[in-house]
Amino acid sequence: MESIHWHSVFFLIMAALACLLALAVVLTSNVVRMAFYLVFCLAAVAGLFFLAGADFVGAMQLMIYVGGTLVLLVFGVMLTARTPFVSMRSGGGQWIMAAILGGALLTILLQAAFSVKDWAAPTDPQAALAIQQPTATPIGMGFLGVRVDRLSQPDPRLNQGMSGYLLPFEIISVHLVVVLVAAAYLARSRRRSSEGAPR
Amino acid sequence: MAEYLAQYITPPWLAYLLVALVQCVLLLAVAVVVAGGYTWVERKVAGRVQDRLGPTRVGGRFGWLQALADGLKLLCKEDLVPGSADAMLFRMAPYISFCASFSVFLALPFADGWVAQRLDVGIFFILAVAGVEVFGVILGGYASGSKWSLFGAMREAAQVVSYEVPLALCAVIPVMAAGTMDLVSIGQMQTGWLSNWLVFHDPFTFVTFWVYFTCATASVNRAPFDLAEAESELVAGFLTEYSGFRWSIFFMAEYASMFVVSGLAAILFCGGWNGPLPITSWLGLTADNGPILAFLGNFLGACNFTAKACLGMIVMVWARWTLPRLRIDQVMTVCLKYCVPLAAAMLLGAMLWTYTWPNGLILKSVRLLPAASQTPAVSTASAPGAH
Amino acid sequence: MSLLTQPVGVAHYLVVGAVLFVCGVICMAIKRNGLGVLMGIELVLNGANLNFVAFASPFLRADGANAIRLDGHVIALFVIVLAAAEAAVALAIALNYYNNFVTIDVDRGDELKG
Repeated sequence: MESIHWHSVFFLIMAALACLLALAVVLTSNVVRMAFYLVFCLAAVAGLFFLAGADFVGAMQLMIYVGGTLVLLVFGVMLTARTPFVSMRSGGGQWIMAAILGGALLTILLQAAFSVKDWAAPTDPQAALAIQQPTATPIGMGFLGVRVDRLSQPDPRLNQGMSGYLLPFEIISVHLVVVLVAAAYLARSRRRSSEGAPR
Repeated sequence: MAEYLAQYITPPWLAYLLVALVQCVLLLAVAVVVAGGYTWVERKVAGRVQDRLGPTRVGGRFGWLQALADGLKLLCKEDLVPGSADAMLFRMAPYISFCASFSVFLALPFADGWVAQRLDVGIFFILAVAGVEVFGVILGGYASGSKWSLFGAMREAAQVVSYEVPLALCAVIPVMAAGTMDLVSIGQMQTGWLSNWLVFHDPFTFVTFWVYFTCATASVNRAPFDLAEAESELVAGFLTEYSGFRWSIFFMAEYASMFVVSGLAAILFCGGWNGPLPITSWLGLTADNGPILAFLGNFLGACNFTAKACLGMIVMVWARWTLPRLRIDQVMTVCLKYCVPLAAAMLLGAMLWTYTWPNGLILKSVRLLPAASQTPAVSTASAPGAH
Repeated sequence: MSLLTQPVGVAHYLVVGAVLFVCGVICMAIKRNGLGVLMGIELVLNGANLNFVAFASPFLRADGANAIRLDGHVIALFVIVLAAAEAAVALAIALNYYNNFVTIDVDRGDELKG
C-alpha cells in the first residue's frame, strides 16, 4: 500500500471546505449566514496558505481578513438589518444568467489551470514535505527594500535597493491611512440626513 | 514519537493519526482543566474580595469540587433555542468561540520545544487566531434574536476590533527586542536570571507589559471591560439566551483565552518557562546532560510557565471583582486615546533603544544567545505593526 | 485515491482559486444586498490571492526555479491590506446608502435612471 501523502490529504480537506463554503455563500440568501460561511471559507483559504508554505500570509489572512475585515462586515450587517435575519432573494432569470456566466468562466479557468505543464504536480513526492524556510524575515526585509532572497541577482541595477518593496509599502501605508480617514468621514452621523432622508 | 509508533502499527498513517489525536487530547485537557479550575478560583477569589467564604461544602474542604458540581448542573439544564433565533447559527456560535481559543494552544509553547507546532510566526498566529474568537460571540449575540444579545454583540465587535490594534502593537515590542516572532526562540532568549526577562529589557518594555495586560484583559472580555455581558444593563448581553451546555462552552472559551493571553504575557515579557532564578541549570537539568534530565528540566519549565499564566489569570479575576465596569464610551476612550498612543510611543522608544544599544544595556554580559541574528529581524517586527 | 498518495501541484491550487473567483463573480452579480456584493468581492480577491501564493511556492511545481517566491507573498499581503481598506470604505458607503434609502438593497438605488 502506498503511503498517504499528508500534504495532499490536508490540501483536499481545506480545498473542499473552501469550495463548498464559497458555494454556500453564493447559494444562501440570508446575509448573516453568508458572512458566517465566508468566515470559514477564508479560514480554509488561510489553511491553504499555510500548506503552500506561506506562514506569514496565512497568519495575516486570519488576522486582517477574518479578525478584522469580516468583523467589520458583520458589524455593517447588524447596523443595516432592519428586521432580524434579512434575506433578499434574486429572481430566477438572474440565477440562470449567473450560472451560465459562472460555468463558462470556470471552464476557461480550469482549462487554463491544467494547460501549463510546469504547473502540474512536482515529480518528487517529498518536495512539499521539505522543511520550509521561514518567510517572515525575508518579507520584512523585502518591505524595507532589501531582497535577502535574491542576493545573487544577476542584474546589478536590481541589487541597489530598488528591487525591494519599500515604495509600494509606503504607498500602501499612506493609502490605508487616507482610506480610513475617508471611511470615518463618510460613516459619521450627520444630523441633517437622519432627519430629512428616511422615506 | 509518530515515527517510533509507525514501526509497530500498521498501516503507518494510523500512527500519525493517533499521535495527532494524543496531542489534541492533551491540549484539550489543559484547556478544560484550566477552565474547570478557574471557575472554582474565581468563586473563591470573588468570595474573599467580597468578604465572604465562597464555596465551602462540595468535596469536603474549600469546596474544591465546586467546578464539577457546576459542570454537572449546567449539563443537566435544558438546552433552549429561542423561537426567534436563527437556530443553526445559535447552535454553532459557542463552538466557534471554543475552537478559536483552543486552536491557539497549537502554537503556545509550554517549555523549551514543548509546543504542538513550532511556527516561525508564532506570536502573530496566536494573535490572529485569538481574534477569531470574537466571531462566536458576535454570531451568538446576533442569532439569538434578542435585542440584549444584539447590543452585547455589537459592543463586543467594536471593542475587540479596537483593542486588537494596541494589543498587536504591544506584542511587537518584545518581538523587536528579541528579534524573532518564534515564541520558542523568544522564550530561549530569556534563559537565566530575572534580569534576562524582556520586561526588564528596557524601560519601554516595562511600560508595555502593563499596557499589554490591560489590552489583553479587554480583548478577552474580562471585567472591567466585559461590556458584552454587562449584566447590570443588558441582562447578560450575548449570553442572555444561552443556557446549559452551550453557555458553559462560551465560558470555557473565555477561560481558555484568558490562559492564552496570560501565557503570552509570560512568554513575551516574563521569561516564559524560565524562572526568576536559573534553577534548572543549577540542577543540571539541561539538554547537555541527556534526554531524561532535559525532560525533567522542561517539565519544571512547563510548571513554571503554567504558574505564571495562572498568576496572570488570578490578577484578571482580582481585577474583575475589584473594579467597577466601564461605560462603553470609556472603554473606547481607554483604547483609542490612551492605549494606542501609549503603545505607539513605546514602540518608537523601544525601536530607538534597540537601535542605540543593539545588544542591550544591562544584559550584555549575561545574554546567552548571540545577538548576531538581530538586525534582519528588527524589520520583521515592524512589518505587522505597520498594518 | 491517487490524490491521497500523490503530491498536489500549482494546478490544484488554481482550481480552488478558480472556484472561489467564480463564486465571487456570481455573488457580485446576483446578490441584491449591498454587503452581499461586498462579500463577493472578498471571495474574488481571495481566489486571486490563492493563485499568487501557489505560484510563489517552489514545492508545488515540476521546476521549482520558476516559482516567483517572495513576490507572490508580498503581492498577496498587499491584496489583503487593500481588501481591508476597500471593506472599510464600502462599509461607510453602505451605511450612507442605508441612511438615504432605509434599505441595503442595491436595486433600489435607481434614482439617477432616466
